[in-house]
Amino acid sequence: MAAEISIDLVKTFSGRPPIRARIAYPVEASTVLILFGPSGSGKTTILRSVAGLEWPEEGNIQFVSRTWLDTASGVRVAPQDRHIGYMAQDYALFPTYTVAGNIGYGLHHLSAPDRKKRVDEMVELFQLRGLENAKPRELSGGQQQRVALARAVAPRPLLLLLDEPLSALDAPTRVHLRDELRSLLKQLALPSIIVTHDWTEALTLGDVMAVISAGNVLQVGAPIEVFSRPHNADVARVVGIETVVKGRVVGSSDGMVQVSVNGTRLTAVEGESAGPDVFVCIRSEDVVLERERTTASSARNHLAGAVISATVLGALARVTIDCGFPLVAMVTRSTVEEFGLSSGVPVVAAIKAGSVHLVSRQSE
Amino acid sequence: MAAFLRRAGSCGRTRVNWIAIWVTFKLAALTALILLMVGLPIAYWVSFSRRRWKFLVESVVALPLVLPPTVLGFYILVAIGPHSPLGRLYNELVGHPLPFTFEGLLLASVLYSLPFAVQPFAAAFEQVDRRLIEASWTLGVSKLGTFFRLIVPLSKAGLLTGAVLSFAHTMGEFGVVLMVGGNLEGETRTVSIDIYDEVQALNYAGAAKTALFLLVVSYAILLLVYAVNRNVWAAWPQK
Repeated sequence: MAAEISIDLVKTFSGRPPIRARIAYPVEASTVLILFGPSGSGKTTILRSVAGLEWPEEGNIQFVSRTWLDTASGVRVAPQDRHIGYMAQDYALFPTYTVAGNIGYGLHHLSAPDRKKRVDEMVELFQLRGLENAKPRELSGGQQQRVALARAVAPRPLLLLLDEPLSALDAPTRVHLRDELRSLLKQLALPSIIVTHDWTEALTLGDVMAVISAGNVLQVGAPIEVFSRPHNADVARVVGIETVVKGRVVGSSDGMVQVSVNGTRLTAVEGESAGPDVFVCIRSEDVVLERERTTASSARNHLAGAVISATVLGALARVTIDCGFPLVAMVTRSTVEEFGLSSGVPVVAAIKAGSVHLVSRQSE
Repeated sequence: MAAFLRRAGSCGRTRVNWIAIWVTFKLAALTALILLMVGLPIAYWVSFSRRRWKFLVESVVALPLVLPPTVLGFYILVAIGPHSPLGRLYNELVGHPLPFTFEGLLLASVLYSLPFAVQPFAAAFEQVDRRLIEASWTLGVSKLGTFFRLIVPLSKAGLLTGAVLSFAHTMGEFGVVLMVGGNLEGETRTVSIDIYDEVQALNYAGAAKTALFLLVVSYAILLLVYAVNRNVWAAWPQK
């Protein structure tokens, strides 16, 4: 049997929908699971249950060959004995300890020289040199985040749990640290579970993604799959992006970026993304359909293609178009009728450059 | 020590009663020390327990705040007397009865000052961010380790307040000492009893000196508490 993480739990609250979550996925050295959902969906409670800080009424949590929780047989492993690294949303750094003191806090089982050596390694890895004796309140948000991460990683945990690791940071720092966090997680070769409601973080950091809404797990799969092929309308509503395809930046000028997706050229506004390999993300609501190519349009992208399918969902319709890559557009039902949209009908999709979102990904 | 002080004090009845002061200080210091040890677990339990019947324990701890000292003293006297199981056990183990001894007085003082230690301790523990405690647990540190390495350093001010307040409160107790301690020179006669005796004997000069001494010391202690720590034991609203 392959190594697996399995989470199955029920927890009820007064005045909130109960959480009934079931997630199981194979885990390798550095598999990152994303718990994705809006605030209040229960994703933090699931993470805290894995950490042992929350006790579901019923449930079973398995990490590879270890059982951390099994209410049926009365197994309840304390957080101290789970060997996890946990980082809370606000970092929870110990105010009475220095940076080095925080990092070394969980290393009480080591001898003093070994502890010092490990703290030193962490200071080096997390670029905290010179800040060893600073107190947490003297640090910037990004530095605090690195200390919290170093403290969680220092005791060499089996599993790293991060609750909204980037949400407490301002936007520019967040983008920078998102890429940094990704390479760090790969470098540490440590499986992790990350809670987020930011789809760019989910795409950048995740290997597996579970979409959670109102306490239920709606879909589990690779992030690109979940974003581009949501199982149902609920998932589509939660994730909010329907087209996610791999692309490559081929040029940039005047603040605009040219991206190639399967040979189709797209123009995007130059943004936060650095590397040449990107995910091209387009919201289905941002795609406008035209019968034929018009020149009088402010949209920078006009992609000619043929309809693959058109599904009516109440007043709206979900139309998938093949324009070198599958593109999903959300239009009104009357448009479908007026245009006679059905499989094989040629159509032009117009997308503003600003609606083409690029998220950096690791090159393969 | 007591014999030396007795000699020093016997030179004239208008002098400060050093023996009573020595007994009082010893009593107050030991009470504060015992409460630091006994009060911490109680305060920890009161702050962190999720039991529904927690309020029962909380109200028992607070009882000495509202009970007349004579009532409390009466019950303690009955509880440690030769007719009670506790009193008999003590008599068998130590060889003399517990009432009207320093040890009996110490026990009474600990119970009487319990809320003065437990309440500031518990208030300080309540202030500690639960997320810090959780972070400590996930780092593999036991509950006891977390208590000493994280909670105590974060609650320093409250612990100091509780210890100093129970010290000061014991220095000033009267009713309980009268009921449980009797009035034995060098053993259970404390400053407050001594002052009362002097006034009963119309020796106002002696009473005035001892009273002034107690006033100055008490005030100095409270000054220390307020100076060191303005937020945990705030009788007045914060500015």
